[in-house]
This record gives sequence, C-alpha cells and structure tokens, in this order.
Amino acid sequence: MADATFFPEHAQVEAVETPLRRACRRLIRRKGAMFGLAVILLFVTVALFAPLISPFDPIAQSYTQIRRPPSDLHWFGTDELGRDLLARIIYGARASLLAGVVSVSIALGIGVPIGLAAGYLGGMIDAFLSRVTDAMLACPYLIFAIALAFLLGPNLTNAMIAIGIATTPIFVRLTRGLVMAVKVEDYVEAARAIGNPRWRIALKHILPNILPSLLVQATLSIAAAIIAEASLSFIGLGQQPPAPSWGSMLNAAQRFLVNAPWMAVWPGLAIFLTVLSFNLLGDGLRDALDPKER
Amino acid sequence: MLTFLAKRLLQLVPTLFFVSVIIFSLLHLLPGDPALVMAGEERDLAVIEQVRHQYHLDEPLLLQYLYWVDGLLHGDLGRSIRWSDDVSHLIARTLPVTAQLAMMAIVIAFAIGIPAGIVSAVKKDTAWDYGANIFALWGISTPNFWLGIMLIFLFSVKLGWLPASGYVPLSEDWKTSLSATIMPAFVLGNSIAAILMRHTRGAMLQALSSDYVRTARAKGLYERTVVLKHAMRNALTPVITLGALELGTLLSGTVLTEQIFSIPGFGKLIFEAAFSRDYAVVQGVVLITATAYITLNFVADILYVLANPRLRS
Repeated sequence: MADATFFPEHAQVEAVETPLRRACRRLIRRKGAMFGLAVILLFVTVALFAPLISPFDPIAQSYTQIRRPPSDLHWFGTDELGRDLLARIIYGARASLLAGVVSVSIALGIGVPIGLAAGYLGGMIDAFLSRVTDAMLACPYLIFAIALAFLLGPNLTNAMIAIGIATTPIFVRLTRGLVMAVKVEDYVEAARAIGNPRWRIALKHILPNILPSLLVQATLSIAAAIIAEASLSFIGLGQQPPAPSWGSMLNAAQRFLVNAPWMAVWPGLAIFLTVLSFNLLGDGLRDALDPKER
Repeated sequence: MLTFLAKRLLQLVPTLFFVSVIIFSLLHLLPGDPALVMAGEERDLAVIEQVRHQYHLDEPLLLQYLYWVDGLLHGDLGRSIRWSDDVSHLIARTLPVTAQLAMMAIVIAFAIGIPAGIVSAVKKDTAWDYGANIFALWGISTPNFWLGIMLIFLFSVKLGWLPASGYVPLSEDWKTSLSATIMPAFVLGNSIAAILMRHTRGAMLQALSSDYVRTARAKGLYERTVVLKHAMRNALTPVITLGALELGTLLSGTVLTEQIFSIPGFGKLIFEAAFSRDYAVVQGVVLITATAYITLNFVADILYVLANPRLRS
C-alpha cells in the first residue's frame, strides 16, 4: 500500500493482453471476417425468429399465386405451388445452419478424441487409426456423405449424421498432426515431470493449445457442410418436402428455369452468402490466431 | 528410389483393406436389414429372400466379407436392380464420359488457377492480388449446382448460345460434344481453379522470397525471367501434386453437375442410384472412386519425389 502511494506509476500495472483478447483485436481489424460474422449473425437471427419475421407460412400453397414473379406482396416471388419464396428462404435458413453446426459438432466430437488418442499415444494405436482415417479420406467427401445418407434413410437428421461422419476424418488427421507437434514442447514435458496423468496432460495441456487451429477448421468445415446439406437435399436425401430447404428449392427451380428463373436465384444466393461468410470468417480467424503473425 | 517405391506400395495394402472394410461395414453396421436395402423399392418377400441368398446374407459376417472381396478381385461389383445390369458394366459405360468432362475441367482449372496465382503473388497487395483473392473466395463458396443452373439460364435460356443438355461422345461429333460439355466443365473447373490459385499464390510467395530468386535478380536478369524460369519452376511442383489430390473434389462435383446438365456419366449414375435406392451401384461407385483416389495419391507422391532431386536419393 505504501509502495503504491510512493510510486504511483506502479499502482496500476498495465494489464497483460491475453491471447484471446489479442485474437479478438486482430479479428476486428479484418473487414472480410467482420462482414462474414455480420452475415452469419443476420442469418442466425432470421433462423431463430423465423415465425416472427416470415411474411407467410412457408408451406401454405395457393393455387391463385403459382409462379408469380417478385412483387410488393411476394418480395421474392412464389414457387410452383404458390408458396412464398421469401418465407421458404427464411425457414430454409434453419435447415442449412442447423446442418452446418450439428454435423461439424459431430465431426469434432468424434474426430478430436480419436485424433488426440492417435497423436498422443502413438504406436500401434496411431498406426491403426491413421490407416482407417486414410481409408475414409480416400472416399470423396460428397460421395461418401451420399452413400451414408442413402443407407441411413432420407431425412435431415440422417443427412447431418452422414455429413458429420464424412467430415470426421479431416478432424482426426488435423488433431493428430497438431498433437504430435505440441507434445514435444517443454510445457508438456514439465506437466509430465510433475506427475500429471496422461489424460490430464492431453485434456488440460495439449487440447487448449490446439483449439485455435481446430476452431479455424471447424468454421471452414461448416461452410463445406452447408454446401453438402444443400447437395443432399437437392438429391432428395436431406430435408424432406414440404419442409423448406435451400437445396430442394433449387431442385424444384431447375424445372421452371424458363418460366420462373427467380425461383433459382434466391436459394442459390442464400447458400452462396452463408458459405462465403463462413469462409471469410474462417480465413480471418486463421490470420488472427496465427502465432507467426504476432 | 526403389525402396521408397516398395515402401509406399506396401502402405497401399492396409489402406485399400480398410477402404473395403469400411464400405462393407456401411451396409452391415447401420440399422436396417441389408437384404431390404439391397432389394431397393422392391418389397416382394420372394425377391428379398433371393437377394438374401444371392449375397450370402444368411451366412456369418466374416464369410460374407470374404465372398464379397472374392467377387471384387474377380471384377464382380454386384448387380444393379434399377438397370438390371452388372455394376461393373454400368461403371465402364459411364466412366469415359466423366473422364472427358474431368479432363476439360482440369485444363480449365489450370488455365485459370495457375496464372491467377502467379499474378497475385508477383503483384502482392495490389488490385490484381485482391481481384484474384476475391475470385478464389467466390470459387470456393459457390455451390456447383447453383452455378450450373445459372449458366444454363444465361447461355441456354437467355442467349441461346449453348445447349442445356444433349451429350454426344467426342468421337461422334466433336463440335456438339464440346458445346454440350463446356458449361459443366467450367462449373467443375471453377472451384478447383480457386483452390489451385491459393496454392500457387502461397508457393510463389515463398519462392519469390528465397535466396536463389534474390541471386537471380542480383545477376541482373529480367524480372520476367526470374519469375517464370526461377520462381515458377520451383513453386509449381508441389502445386501440381496438390492439384492431383483435387480429384476427390472433382468426382464429388460431377454428381450434381452431370445431373443438372443431363450428362450420362459417373456422377449421374450415382445420383440416379441414390434416388432409386440402388445399393449395389452406390457401393460400387464409392469403391471405385476411393481406389482411384488412392492410386492417384500414390502416383502424385512418386511424381513429387521424381520432380524434386533432393528427395530422390
């Protein structure tokens, strides 16, 4: 106390910037990432409050309003069953965002523990897990997801599980590589030296240090998962009619391209904007979290 | 080199083995009666019983797997219920169509991606660089099938320059063939061009900051010579091998693209098989694509070593 009054400049020691704060500060400077974040938040809000925002019921058909171009009443026009396209885009955001987040969560939930085990334990376990991962990565992403969704049966939940499983090997390989790089660091050695059990080192010392890279990949994977969900719905293996999904809307739109091109514009634009935003945010996060750029 | 080849070849065996196990277990581990899945839409008890017997589904799992692998090694990929034909015939018929499309897509991807990557690295932080980066983001974020639909709308419906569908083999009438495949090839090439551009940019930036480029500049060589002869040659080796690995993206892309442009290739086969719940075809297609990917990966690894003298010894 006496010291503080004697040396006033010591009273308030400048707070050391935490890594999280630094990352946020660097992220905010990136216009692309901020644009992406803003669009994502917009779509999340729209999806959450869809019943309040939507001007019409997304599945209400109207035989007097079939394939009407955009107008004051129907801003985005109507589809082949007279349903309002804006309402269907708004409700479709639910399926797309849900599919993106849930499938990547599945991939993280399965992939990260397996990757941690492979990278940290090494030996035969690693050799086995790596070969299985190689084999899964050898199946092209979308074709693998189609095969899985096909076997599980066509609905949105199964499509999300299928995309999640198809995404899993990416996280196994990434986590394994990161763990291998981190486990030789001094602080891991120190943690081992003071007698921490292995699971504790893996969870408390290694995992927090590889989280930034996992976060970047998760963001980019959400973008890929949203395209995959739209593709599965386009094929008829995702969201089932009459529930709206951007992918199945595009499938219907393809048949009316000559008479009702607006039907194809909106869902495609919605997918493009969402995917672009997640890609921008992912790129921004990578730059903001990259220790080499500090 | 020979030991490297042998080692790498030996690694293929377990990977291929696991691929076969994964594809086999997909059908058997997931809930549902495999016989019912394989019989497709057919719900006739006699047909289901026949399928059960034909695919040895009434025998132990290990034996089933051995029967299946034995069939594979003899070129038997099963029989399609929808087309009443051998899966291997269906694949052999559709593969050349997709191969033509894929070749065109790769040419387009390299023709756009590599120059764009070089320009954006050489003119880093200029309008050229930003433009190329925006192109890459657009290429990665645009869903293939939407781009396809929009191109059909513009070039077929509005302008009437190109046919929206109507594939004919290259050998029959090359002009018609090219005009029917140029749009889908562009759709497929576009996203790969974006990925190639990013790889090229990264590799070029690294090469341009290296010592040998500084030496070349110090010698007083023209900038054009430095970029094209010194930096590019070294930067492109990893890019080309990385490009080879985009085969998976390409094959995934063909599924919806071929469907949209009504091209009777490999992708449309998967689409229709999935749509009509034809299990044997889906299984065969996944197996063939995975094997193709693994083989290409192997070839790319060898090319990489051959192209890099330091790794050759």
